[in-house]
Amino acid sequence: MKKALKVIALVLALAMVFAFAACKNNDNDPTDSATPSGATEAGTQGTATDVDYSKIKVGFIFLHAPTDSTYDKNFQNAVDAVQKKLGLKDDQIIVRSNIEENANCQNTAMELVDEGCNVIFADSFGHESYMMEAAKEAPNVQFCHATGTHAKTAGLKNFHNAFASIYEGRYLAGVAAGMKLNEMIDSGKITADKAKMGYVGAFPYAEVISGFTSFYLGAKSVCPSVTMEVKYTNSWFDETAEKTQAIALIDDGCVLISQHADSPGAPRACEEKGVPNVAYNVSTIDMGPNTAIISSKIDWTPYMELMITSVAKGEEIPADWCGGIAEGSVQLTELNTAVAAKGTQEKLDEVMKQFKEGTLHVFDTNTFTVNGQKLTTYLADVIDEGDFKPETEAIKGGYFDESDVADKRSAPYFDIIIDGITAVVEK
Amino acid sequence: MSKNTTHSEPLIRLSKNDSVPMWKGWLIRIAAVVAAFIVCAFIIVSVTDLNPIEVYAAMIKGSFGSVRKFWILLQNIAMLLCIALAVTPAYKMKFWNIGAEGQVLMGGIATAACMIWFGDKMNPVLLIILMAVVSCVAGAIWGLIPAVFKANFNTNETLFTLMMNYVAMQIASYCVCFWENPKGSNSVGIINAQTQGGWLPTIGGQKYLLNILIVLFLTIFMYIYLKYSKHGYEISVVGESENTARYIGINVKKVILRTMALSGAMCGIAGLLLVSGTNHTISSETTGGRGFTAIMVSWLAKFNPFVMILTSFLIVFLDRGASEIATRFRLDESMADILTGIILFFIIASEFFINYKINFRSKKKKGVNE
Repeated sequence: MKKALKVIALVLALAMVFAFAACKNNDNDPTDSATPSGATEAGTQGTATDVDYSKIKVGFIFLHAPTDSTYDKNFQNAVDAVQKKLGLKDDQIIVRSNIEENANCQNTAMELVDEGCNVIFADSFGHESYMMEAAKEAPNVQFCHATGTHAKTAGLKNFHNAFASIYEGRYLAGVAAGMKLNEMIDSGKITADKAKMGYVGAFPYAEVISGFTSFYLGAKSVCPSVTMEVKYTNSWFDETAEKTQAIALIDDGCVLISQHADSPGAPRACEEKGVPNVAYNVSTIDMGPNTAIISSKIDWTPYMELMITSVAKGEEIPADWCGGIAEGSVQLTELNTAVAAKGTQEKLDEVMKQFKEGTLHVFDTNTFTVNGQKLTTYLADVIDEGDFKPETEAIKGGYFDESDVADKRSAPYFDIIIDGITAVVEK
Repeated sequence: MSKNTTHSEPLIRLSKNDSVPMWKGWLIRIAAVVAAFIVCAFIIVSVTDLNPIEVYAAMIKGSFGSVRKFWILLQNIAMLLCIALAVTPAYKMKFWNIGAEGQVLMGGIATAACMIWFGDKMNPVLLIILMAVVSCVAGAIWGLIPAVFKANFNTNETLFTLMMNYVAMQIASYCVCFWENPKGSNSVGIINAQTQGGWLPTIGGQKYLLNILIVLFLTIFMYIYLKYSKHGYEISVVGESENTARYIGINVKKVILRTMALSGAMCGIAGLLLVSGTNHTISSETTGGRGFTAIMVSWLAKFNPFVMILTSFLIVFLDRGASEIATRFRLDESMADILTGIILFFIIASEFFINYKINFRSKKKKGVNE
């Protein structure tokens, strides 16, 4: 009898589960279908109505889950924004996260092809060679890859690279940092020769070097006596190492910290030590209300919109694309006026205007020296054939021509350590 | 029956239960899986408002949704199974080798080195033979080092093999510094993408078929080795009791060294398959945690190579299903991980209930008397 009771209880429990589930599902259905269709209407009204997005299906490949990594979160935000803007339905967008930089990337890309995607986007540098393999396997599908270097030379019509002229954003962030240093000097907190910044880099890679050099030049444009020390973490994302290196830099006498990566490591260290911080890709004001100044960031929405719209219209996606301030690809997050020096916003607006007009070049050879010499010629390794041989003249009209897609490529290739910066490679 | 049991007997008492018939064992296992899915259904409904049946359907689709997905499933099973087979002889000997992660990586590094240095210079057949030998040797050395210390100085092999993993990862990072392309990017990229030098050949247009066949062969080999060979017998005796082994004249030291060399060499083959047969690149993440998951595969199968096919299928199926759920329903990956965690927990728990009997200090006796 007891046994029978138990069995009945189990069966009842089971029945309840499914009834519950079914009922939940019914509740869900109307709301579920209502939201996307509502969004579609709003979207089609808001944007160009002559483009038909109904046949578009976009696949995204992310290195980590957006919930775990702010790098991927930045891409996810762009996906959400572009979906809303173009009025794409939920089933027109497939996001696959936690895809390693190995054969899994190629398999995932091909699975997305199987599911009917016409355009597939991958977000991490190491995905590139596998995306290229997938592009060979599925010649009718467009493959877009962020931060890569091969699209121009690979000879694959359906494989594309994209980046942003983030060095301009870093320069602007550097201007905000320089203003803060000036404030410290003026208030007598430090002397001009003690204006030393610290920078936590990832790897001694061109993208990182280009980033910290432009940040330094931005600061130097307003605070001429500034110097900078760089320490690497040898990882793209390592919160603990970034925190440790930030503290080491502060102990070395750095009065302001910035970093390449977007983990909370360095900003948190700065908040603990009360040292101003300039961040990347995410606003860190909530982590460091007393120390965060501003962040520069790449917004991938313009590129994603371009690639989707091109496919919808049947147009070609540029082999290589570099978005700037004008396109909205390079942005600054909200300025924390509680920390930033007075007049920072005005100064930033002024510099931003110069960038838009094209009168200001970040790597103007009059503003920096290398080993005490002015740079008049430099061969950069732009064509990435694995030969490690620099072949392209990068100095043009008095400045280093960074991320120029017209005759070079979008991914940064400025890899010179200039005077005023000490970069220690600990390997 | 007994009159003086009242105070001395604990509330719950466990006893070993050796005599569970096979059908009953499987019944308990199936019941556990069903129970796990019911519990998961509750969680799915309460946390995400999704229909659990749809979620389970998506999970199955993750492995069987298309021909390509099915091949990927087989490939992933093969890789996990290969490492599980490799660790099995050591575990059967009660040598706690948690260093498979590093042993596989060393095999992978050796393979990558051959591909980079000789990829375009050697006869392809000779190159593959060379890679096979070198990867086995590299894995075997990485397995032998802790074994030598265990056999001679009785060091703790668990800690030793664990730490060897980190050494292997550092060696991999160091090699990546040399081979990375472009410089500073920490990424080697596909090795010999143009010439395909040193890539394992594809059979019948299926790029993973060779991997799968090799692992199938290894499964059969391991079954025969453990069950019918003298070596296999010695391994199980050493595992049961070293003293007994010594008493009947088995050279325990020799068995430990030989078994770990075999274990490491097979891990090396897994490295070869991962680098030359799958990814065509090397990084410190090449093994990707399989070295640890393989231990669970091996134990769940009670060291039977053929049952391991099933247990590695289970793990890979759950993994592929979890990522499919996360994608399809736009769930946080952690949600999918919670579900696989629950399912695994129930399966492992069911093994407990098969092996042990729970005896309550019962009022039952009164009931019987009534």
